[in-house]
Amino acid sequence: MADLPPPVQGPTAKEKKYDRQLRLWGATGQLALENSHVLLINSGPGVVGVETLKNLVLPGIGNFTIQDSAVVSEADLGVNFFLEEQHLGGFRAEHTCNLLKELNPDVKGNFITEPVETWLTQPNVLNPYTLVIVSAPIRSELLAKLSAHADAAIIPLFYIHSIGFYSHFAIHLPPAFPIIDTHPDPESITDLRLLRPWPELLQYAADKTTNLEAMDGEDHGHVPYVALLLHYLEKWKEEHDGQVPQNYKDKTTFRDIVSKAARTNNPEGGEENFDEAVAAVLKSLNPPEASSAVKEIFKAPECVLVRQDSPSFWVIANAVGLFYTKYGVLPVPGAVPDMKARSADYIQLQNVYKSKARKDLAEVLESVRFLERNANRSTAIEEKDVEAFCKNAAHIKLVRGRPFHVVPAEGSVRWGDRAKSIAQTLTFPDSLVPLYIAFLAWDKFVATHEKDALGGAPKVPGESDTDLEADNEKVTSIAFKIANDLVKEAAASIDEDEYATIKTQIGEFVQELVRAGGAELHNISAFTGGIVSQEVIKVITEQYIPVDNTCIFDGIRSKSAVFKV
Amino acid sequence: MEANAGSTLPNDSEAPRARWKYLDKILNRPGPFTDEDSFMPGEPVIESLERAKILVIGAGGLGCEILKNLALSGFKDIHVIDMDTIDVSNLNRQFLFRASDVGKPKAEVAARFVESRVKGVKITPYCGKIQDKDEEYYMQFAMIVCGLDSIEARRWINATLVGMVDPENPDSLKPLIDGGTEGLKGQARVIFPTMTSCIECQLDMHAPRAAVPLCTLATIPRQPQHCIEWAHIIAWEEERKEITLDTDDPEHITWLYQKALKRAQEFNIPGVTYSMTQGVVKNIIPAIASTNAIVAASCCNEAFKIATNTNPFLGFPETDNYMMYTGDESIYTYTFEHQKKDDCPVCGAGTIARPLQVNPNWTLQDFVDSLAERPEAQLKKPSIRTGEHSLYIQSLADLERQTRHNLTKKMSELVEDGEEMVITDKSFPTQFKYKVIFHK
Repeated sequence: MADLPPPVQGPTAKEKKYDRQLRLWGATGQLALENSHVLLINSGPGVVGVETLKNLVLPGIGNFTIQDSAVVSEADLGVNFFLEEQHLGGFRAEHTCNLLKELNPDVKGNFITEPVETWLTQPNVLNPYTLVIVSAPIRSELLAKLSAHADAAIIPLFYIHSIGFYSHFAIHLPPAFPIIDTHPDPESITDLRLLRPWPELLQYAADKTTNLEAMDGEDHGHVPYVALLLHYLEKWKEEHDGQVPQNYKDKTTFRDIVSKAARTNNPEGGEENFDEAVAAVLKSLNPPEASSAVKEIFKAPECVLVRQDSPSFWVIANAVGLFYTKYGVLPVPGAVPDMKARSADYIQLQNVYKSKARKDLAEVLESVRFLERNANRSTAIEEKDVEAFCKNAAHIKLVRGRPFHVVPAEGSVRWGDRAKSIAQTLTFPDSLVPLYIAFLAWDKFVATHEKDALGGAPKVPGESDTDLEADNEKVTSIAFKIANDLVKEAAASIDEDEYATIKTQIGEFVQELVRAGGAELHNISAFTGGIVSQEVIKVITEQYIPVDNTCIFDGIRSKSAVFKV
Repeated sequence: MEANAGSTLPNDSEAPRARWKYLDKILNRPGPFTDEDSFMPGEPVIESLERAKILVIGAGGLGCEILKNLALSGFKDIHVIDMDTIDVSNLNRQFLFRASDVGKPKAEVAARFVESRVKGVKITPYCGKIQDKDEEYYMQFAMIVCGLDSIEARRWINATLVGMVDPENPDSLKPLIDGGTEGLKGQARVIFPTMTSCIECQLDMHAPRAAVPLCTLATIPRQPQHCIEWAHIIAWEEERKEITLDTDDPEHITWLYQKALKRAQEFNIPGVTYSMTQGVVKNIIPAIASTNAIVAASCCNEAFKIATNTNPFLGFPETDNYMMYTGDESIYTYTFEHQKKDDCPVCGAGTIARPLQVNPNWTLQDFVDSLAERPEAQLKKPSIRTGEHSLYIQSLADLERQTRHNLTKKMSELVEDGEEMVITDKSFPTQFKYKVIFHK
């Protein structure tokens, strides 16, 4: 090994342990996890929340706290993996916390055994937490209080049900939740700007295609397809009054031209670079216009008016918006897909894209600095944040978080601006909106029933065999009222037969929910703990795109649905 | 703190099922979708659930979850097979293992952990390969749940279970529930061997990544991965042939990394890192706890429904049998019926040869190489026969020597357009019939 450089620093112990996840969310995502403190407000059988935490402790969340006043019973041992026989009679919060901590010595766990009703009355108790997860059942006034806290403190709040074969969760995100690192599908991110080339790119293409027809076979088969397409585009423009292929028909004609230019009199019977060029025509010859979602961001009030205390996202968004207004395109992202080419030609092409990306970035950065001075901002936004924004500008996502339904003991469920859309979804075949309505009805039952007169734990429908039928009828009639109110609020007209079918579906979903009598099935809670933890990770790392804002899982048909309420 | 302060704890004879209070709500009560003919609420379903012997293949990311889920679903007699030992990079998701378990066999540690946590469940581990076991062994189970990362192992167990089906004996039909994950994506599927679409019918849904052509690696690298593959495939062979490459040996990875880095510098290619070297050489697939939890729970939910008939399950003939899951952008699941293929080499009638596109100008070697990559074949060590001749036989060294000379011949010299060929691969207890279709 004498000819090799000295030994490298291998991965650290932490990098080894977290290797498989660092390949997804990287060191910045990991740091965000380690800086978070997640609170679980647990109740009922209490499995889904603990399973969620398990999937957060393993990848190394910084801190978690479990609030749960329940005492460990025999029934817990049959459904919760993080309790043992010796814990019977002890506090569930304490023992689940300790067994979860065993999973990862890097994670700090805490527990609170005071009943949630009194605990939440203390001032500032929620302040340490960066994200809160609540599992049903919970009294609606407490849930309302948590929702108000999420609004005021601008922290994410999750609300979960896992009942029998069904589950539900909703996320209350801040009103502006932007994501830069959305991890778009690698297939969709290629942005070569073939219809908006800049001089250096055109020069590159011209250099690589000089005397193309006269090239020897080896050279001809190694011209990068980007250069080929630009070369044939220039020829096309000469014959079409300077216009590029406009529509599908033009593009297929253009594709045929490129295809016919490939040499077939070689042993392979074709040329790979030409194959790549032909395959790229339809998806690459599109005007590089920003998506409507990105244009929405430029028009958002937070973007239009940058203030001294605006989050840096909006300052950068404003600057990129200026760039877009000026040029009609987003900054060049700079990545080039692999293609048949000689090493040096490919690297040169990469550098053409990279230097254009750097130039665009410099221009955006200049606008950012200008905005910062104008708004009297005290700390400068880091260049790497501007760079990340420019690189992924076409795939930036803004989620407009909003409160989920907190079903009140008195009064009806309101749907507001979502009424029309939800009422429409209600009528789709296989819609899971009827199941959502069943969950709302379940919450309404909980809000209006108590186990005893002491204001303690709420009663859930179907707990006792004797009340099974009566509870089922009650929840069904609540659910029908919620559905009727929705249709009224949406001013929707639904065909009578169709509405009868919807009511049958709601009735069946209610019956299945009540059958469970508040029981959690371990599998459904493990599944739901999986999807909720994944959403928590997305929200904490600000990577990938989270659910907006309600998700339903039907474990009987193994189907899920996401909709916004 | 005492839960039952003032009263005595109920003894076992008073509340024998106190522990299963929640599960029993579902086991004792039918629901609106329950098939009343097959669901036997109360004692009978509880008894059949406790009697059902269930096999878990794999004790890794999915397997750990599966064992926990089955134990807490009321299964009492669980067996688990895994040939691996615990590595430190398992600890971010394989929650039955601790740092002190590194190096120990997964099946053994996982079984002991779940047994100690969930009282009353018996878990029998086998530390070895699924191929070590015969039909008699697999016959004892009511169903099989797979949490594997190898397509080859899945195909082997699938072909074995299909082969075991005896139409005269309903007990010989073993439902196969299979889960798989990659990053934030995954799938769960249920197979009733011979009755519904099998792993082999679905093979083209899991296409292998296309390999980079050797000439790119050797002469015109462009990506950091090309330099790493060059170090892995070419440089190692040239310079350290006498040493068997061990991708778990940090010294070996470091050597490859430094070789790749040097080559990348020669070609001005940025981006070679140690982590990328490891990823490329070991073909590392990102894996996290949450996706494993989702897919494993989905598999166990189906296993529970099949064992109890508490609700309809995936995989009943002519209903949905496959759920795919994607979590990159919001949450998306797609549940559908994958259709059984008549020409499936494993569960088809065996009389229909699958059409296979072949370039007549290829050499037999080109054809052999292509079989490894074709989504519908994925055969790494094929032996190829036609009705008349043995074109290439790899299963025996003698035959390999005798047929090796064919490898350089053109396909058009060896087979006719439309001719049938039979391909075997010692990884699979079955043969694959193909009909050659020459490229026009």
